[in-house]
Amino acid sequence: MLETRSKISTALYWAFVWGCGLMVLAFMIGPILLALLMSFNSGTTLRFPPEGFSLRWYEMLFDPIASEPIHTAAKNSIEVALSTVAVVTLITAPAAWALARAPKRFAGSVEPVLLAPLVLPSLVYALAALLALSLLGLGPSFLAVLIGHAAVFAPLMFRTVLGLAQRMNPALEEASATLGASRARTFLRISLPGILPGILAGAFLVFMQSLDNVSVTLFLGDPGRTMLPLRLFAMLEESLDGRVAAVSGVLILAAALLLVTLQRFGGRDAR
Amino acid sequence: MIRKETLLSWPMIAFMVLFFISPLLLLAGISLRGEDGSWGLGNFAAFLSDPFARGVLTGTLALGAKVTFFVSLAALPLVMLYWHAGKLLRGLILICTLLPMLTANVVRTFAWVVLLGRNGPISQTLLGLGLTERPFSLLFSETGLIIALVQIELPLLLLPVFAVLNRADRKTLEAAEVLGAGRWRAWFSAIFPQIIPAVLAGWVLVFASATTSYVTQSVIGGARLIYLPQFVYREVGVLFQWPMAAAISILLLASTGVIMLGLTMLARHERLQGHA
Repeated sequence: MLETRSKISTALYWAFVWGCGLMVLAFMIGPILLALLMSFNSGTTLRFPPEGFSLRWYEMLFDPIASEPIHTAAKNSIEVALSTVAVVTLITAPAAWALARAPKRFAGSVEPVLLAPLVLPSLVYALAALLALSLLGLGPSFLAVLIGHAAVFAPLMFRTVLGLAQRMNPALEEASATLGASRARTFLRISLPGILPGILAGAFLVFMQSLDNVSVTLFLGDPGRTMLPLRLFAMLEESLDGRVAAVSGVLILAAALLLVTLQRFGGRDAR
Repeated sequence: MIRKETLLSWPMIAFMVLFFISPLLLLAGISLRGEDGSWGLGNFAAFLSDPFARGVLTGTLALGAKVTFFVSLAALPLVMLYWHAGKLLRGLILICTLLPMLTANVVRTFAWVVLLGRNGPISQTLLGLGLTERPFSLLFSETGLIIALVQIELPLLLLPVFAVLNRADRKTLEAAEVLGAGRWRAWFSAIFPQIIPAVLAGWVLVFASATTSYVTQSVIGGARLIYLPQFVYREVGVLFQWPMAAAISILLLASTGVIMLGLTMLARHERLQGHA
């Protein structure tokens, strides 16, 4: 009697873990596969189910004349994203490296400030930044978007680099210095390789987030220079343009390729 | 006095104070400014005494709570599966969790526009099964919005929990099983307490993200469902009511902050600490 009850309970357990677990997994990944599937749809609208296989949306997307606004928006967005990564790397990597070696009390009091943007809704920050801009008498601009993105996304790289810098053995750097290597040489041969996976992983996250951000871009950006997420957002609201699906396909592929490349270069610590 | 070893951290600290902290302080300051130039809590009082605005605030907080609840419900079996999974399946689950996070917000939202529509698979499946008489659309409804947000925010809860499980001790579970605890009890008494801090951290992220996801809210929710982000955008973009918009954002921050503080205190509670 007790035996059967525990058997049923165990069976239920595995049914729950495997059945519901796999269902949730499908729920999580399904919409992305669907977006990919729809991008190969041959119908004139994005109706479900797709009518047949074709590359027409991709052809239209890559057509330089018909999709000129999308291309410009993508170029603007990539420009901002790359500049953001550059700025963030320059200020974040040294800071994370230094804080990993700083006295515990100092690091402990500074880190929350540097990580705060992670939990603050970027919409609220965007509003605050726009307010500051208008009080200074400045208008929305490329520079404003760049600084906004850097401020909001810097913690992503700070976290990945800090994790690695803290795990690095300081004895290695000391040994290098004792053995007569110059400071620059020690940095290039010992310190930099140690934190490089963190920088790469952080750069990837910052790049993707900057490319995807709507609120900061919407509030601080020059309306004359459309950015990719805003362009797509507008296309999505106006009509179910099939090119949205095609852009989705390109973006998913780009994210996957970047991730694989990073894993090659960064080793398994990069995440 | 700046110490030598902290020197390299100052550019970032200065950048964040100048470009992140000070705008927020400005925002907090201007929220206290009244229309007639006086200072005080007038904007907050005006917002909270307007029944429509109050409805938007409670609606937004309720949306955050519902999404957080359903995300936790959905995450549970997957977290358990991850715990039992071998190396290969764990890798697969991790990729499936990372991919949605790395996909553009607009892409995820677009997928849900197709999924929730009248001709979408959800409506068609229920029609085919005879559960509904005519095709229906979940777009522009709160149900549809919650379904979409749950899928979009799930990774925010899963990733911190997976990180803990990677480091968790398998021996505790084995010990519990050897001691005769059933599968369920073994999991909930030996593993679950270890992931509680990560779950709380994930909740904060999910809640903050769900209440402020401007794109998903406006595309899936439509023009009829108004949440705080759209409300704030209207105050600034259409009505140029800076102090009011500032007050609303501070309210949004404060409510998220209170929840965060509560959860942090809960996580530090000695009974939970004892287990962790």
